[in-house]
Amino acid sequence: MADDTQIHITSDKDVVTARQHGRAVALQAGFSLSEATLIATAISELARNIVSYAQQGSITLRPVNGSSGLRGLTVVASDSGPGITDIAQALRDGYSSSGGLGLGLPGVRRLMDEFDIASPAGGGTTVTVTKWRP
Amino acid sequence: MQVPILKQGGVLIATIQAALSDADLLELRNALVHQVVRYRSSGVIVDVTAMDVMDSFASRTLLEISHMIRLRGADTVIVGIQPEVAFAMVQLGLTLEDIPTALDLEEGLDYLQQKNSRSIN
Repeated sequence: MADDTQIHITSDKDVVTARQHGRAVALQAGFSLSEATLIATAISELARNIVSYAQQGSITLRPVNGSSGLRGLTVVASDSGPGITDIAQALRDGYSSSGGLGLGLPGVRRLMDEFDIASPAGGGTTVTVTKWRP
Repeated sequence: MQVPILKQGGVLIATIQAALSDADLLELRNALVHQVVRYRSSGVIVDVTAMDVMDSFASRTLLEISHMIRLRGADTVIVGIQPEVAFAMVQLGLTLEDIPTALDLEEGLDYLQQKNSRSIN
């Protein structure tokens, strides 16, 4: 099993680097170009959230094996920013606290197969998403 | 990564040649709006064939470009959205509803030409 790839996110240039790595790792893991683009788009949204809300953090790419031989790619977006007070609101389509389109997190949820978000009191946000190969 | 903008008659053609950062996209928006004013252009084509990903920020910036240029009385056409990029955009919830799109540069030019001749007649 391939090792994790971690990309530090501190600026909008790192957003591009992260999604390009993500696409390459997805293609290597056997995803189609279409699926790799879905994953790259999700990474782009997650990495931009890090820059916009926490200034810095990281994106980790992790090829995974699921039950019954399923293979996939997990993306972990992690930061130690202020965190999200109302997760339900952040996951609602059209809601944005930054003047964006409000499609970021709900969009990422639609792009990927599994979606988990943790934002404990005291700060920091970790979004973990997985796409499985069909 | 600067995006070259070519002037062909009354049309400006911006061809994105590599993945763009958010700052690059905003720079493109500002450059296009300035040049539309400077050259009194009637149309703008943004060729996104080389764009790897069209996320919410890129879509919002393209919408802004189109709206700003509309206020100058000119039209914007987006050309070259790759099939896999279109697939991801729809899943994300992005439709670029207000902006005309065309398959490639040639069809984009045709669109602007037709629109122009209609408005003259």
